Amino acid sequence: MKYRSRAALALAAVSLLGVVACGGDDDDSTSGDGGGGGESTTLSIVGFAVPEAANKAIADEWAKTPEGENVEFKTSYGASGDQSRAVVDGLDADYVHFSVASDVTRLVDEGLVAEDWDQGDNKGVVSSSIVVFGVREGNPKNIQTWDDLVKPGVEIVTANPASSGAARWNALAAWGQVIEAGGSEADAEAYVDKFVDNVVSLTASGRDTTTAFLGGTGDVAMLYENEAILAKQSGETDFEYIIPDTTILIENPGAVLTDADPKAQEWLDFVLSEDGQRQFALKGFRPIVDLDVDEVEGANDPGDPFPEVENLLTVADDFESWDALSTKFFDEEDGIVTKAILESGKSE
Amino acid sequence: MTAAVVTPGRPARERRSARGRPLTPVSGLGLGVAMLWFSLLVLIPLSAVVATAGEGGWSGFWRTVTNEQTAAAIRLTVGVALLVTVVNVVMGTLIAWVLVRDQFFGKRFLEVLIDIPFALPTIVAGLVLLSLYGPESPLGVDVANTRVAVFLAFLFVTLPFVVRMVQPVLQELDREVEEAAASLGASRFTTFRRIVLPSLTPAIAAGAALSFARGVSEYGSLVLLSGNLPFKTEVASVRILISIEGDNTAGAAATATVLLVISLFTIVALDLIQRRVANRG
Repeated sequence: MKYRSRAALALAAVSLLGVVACGGDDDDSTSGDGGGGGESTTLSIVGFAVPEAANKAIADEWAKTPEGENVEFKTSYGASGDQSRAVVDGLDADYVHFSVASDVTRLVDEGLVAEDWDQGDNKGVVSSSIVVFGVREGNPKNIQTWDDLVKPGVEIVTANPASSGAARWNALAAWGQVIEAGGSEADAEAYVDKFVDNVVSLTASGRDTTTAFLGGTGDVAMLYENEAILAKQSGETDFEYIIPDTTILIENPGAVLTDADPKAQEWLDFVLSEDGQRQFALKGFRPIVDLDVDEVEGANDPGDPFPEVENLLTVADDFESWDALSTKFFDEEDGIVTKAILESGKSE
Repeated sequence: MTAAVVTPGRPARERRSARGRPLTPVSGLGLGVAMLWFSLLVLIPLSAVVATAGEGGWSGFWRTVTNEQTAAAIRLTVGVALLVTVVNVVMGTLIAWVLVRDQFFGKRFLEVLIDIPFALPTIVAGLVLLSLYGPESPLGVDVANTRVAVFLAFLFVTLPFVVRMVQPVLQELDREVEEAAASLGASRFTTFRRIVLPSLTPAIAAGAALSFARGVSEYGSLVLLSGNLPFKTEVASVRILISIEGDNTAGAAATATVLLVISLFTIVALDLIQRRVANRG
């Protein structure tokens, strides 16, 4: 009994000390900040998951320049749509980097991003890539073209354009390549139907596509070039990626928020500079400025990592705008792609 | 906030006092804390879901839940969850029986292992299931992108519920009663049916309710293996995700509300069955 009460006393004393010590720490750190003279700024980056590594590398480079000195970063990465909605719901952000423009326009509608965010030289785009085909090692089904994808027996893995904003690029590429080859809208619709019929797994996100494909599902996965390169960089070497003759340019938007710290604009400028874009290139993104990159590990040809695509579709040239195409293709009730997916399910 | 605590608290107090047993100050405080806790974690979030579902109006709600694809997903989810619950009732009781009544090598180990599906993050469970029962299965079992995958994922995450509910009750069961029944000439089956089962039924029903509710809401563990194919393997939680991605929170909440109502009905039904079986003994 005596022993017990002594133990309890000791415990109480220790926890009291703990409380005091914590309080002390807090005081110290606040006074420390005050003493620092307020030179350092903290920028909040909110983005989709893929460019995390590249953004970190860019931040390291920026820290070496006079503008980037004493800037600290608070970062949050996740699914693009979720991140965009989180900012609307109050997640603190100075700079956002999303996979599709509609995630930025959601912020424009809320007055969080200026209306003219996409009027600069870069049209609001900070990183880019292309849609490619991921195939098994040695390409056993010899998949080279879009027509090869819709042959009987070819199993496709793609993220669901309904649940993943980023997967919409895949669907647009599938549609656009028919039009590019001189086909009519009806031809394109027929192609998308056949394409969807061959889909064996509609994953929730681009990352799930890679996981499911590398886990053995399907013959071909709709991937982004940068994700294929990144997967190879991280040691997944038992697959190949094929760049089709016609594909779409994926443009990931970035923007500074209206109430952001002035440093955020300087950061964006650096991201768009050659030094910034070089870091993107090293992680597999196609640079948006003319740039000599020596070698990109993981690319099909590391010496020539980003070969020119014969017919490169873009949203601006081939699909008007994100607003227009969102309704036309992906409306929850009667978008063309939404309906193709619905019909494919019913026919089985 | 205070109002939310007081209002649900009061009827209970009145009912109690009507029976002439007023709450002591301590149990009153306990009730207050319990109601506050319950309100913050359950009542308020659930009301918010239902309220959000109402934002699109009745027609919006109806359009969402009668969308062919959503309706098919809800049917699949509820159907598989029911099937899994039935399997769990049988297998869970059996496993609990083996763990309590039999002595064998590795029993302790097995007992610890049962809880692993609780501890594993579901997305990790999904990866494990994909590598074991996917196209590169070392066991030669490939159920990827079929309904079996949904069934398997539900089974995996719901296994512990019935086992863990039944086990302690079985441990407390007085074996002398069973022996008495046997000595009076009851067969083993009759003993089980008339003596053991009625005592276990409440625990089995509680486990079944948990298992059903967990299955209906499952997402992470099946999303990699099932392929999410509309009308085939797409479950309700995937439809909810799709609605959210399309900025249709009212639609997402509408689907969730339907699931909530179905779960509520199922849990009440299980309770009724449980009472009947328990009384029969």
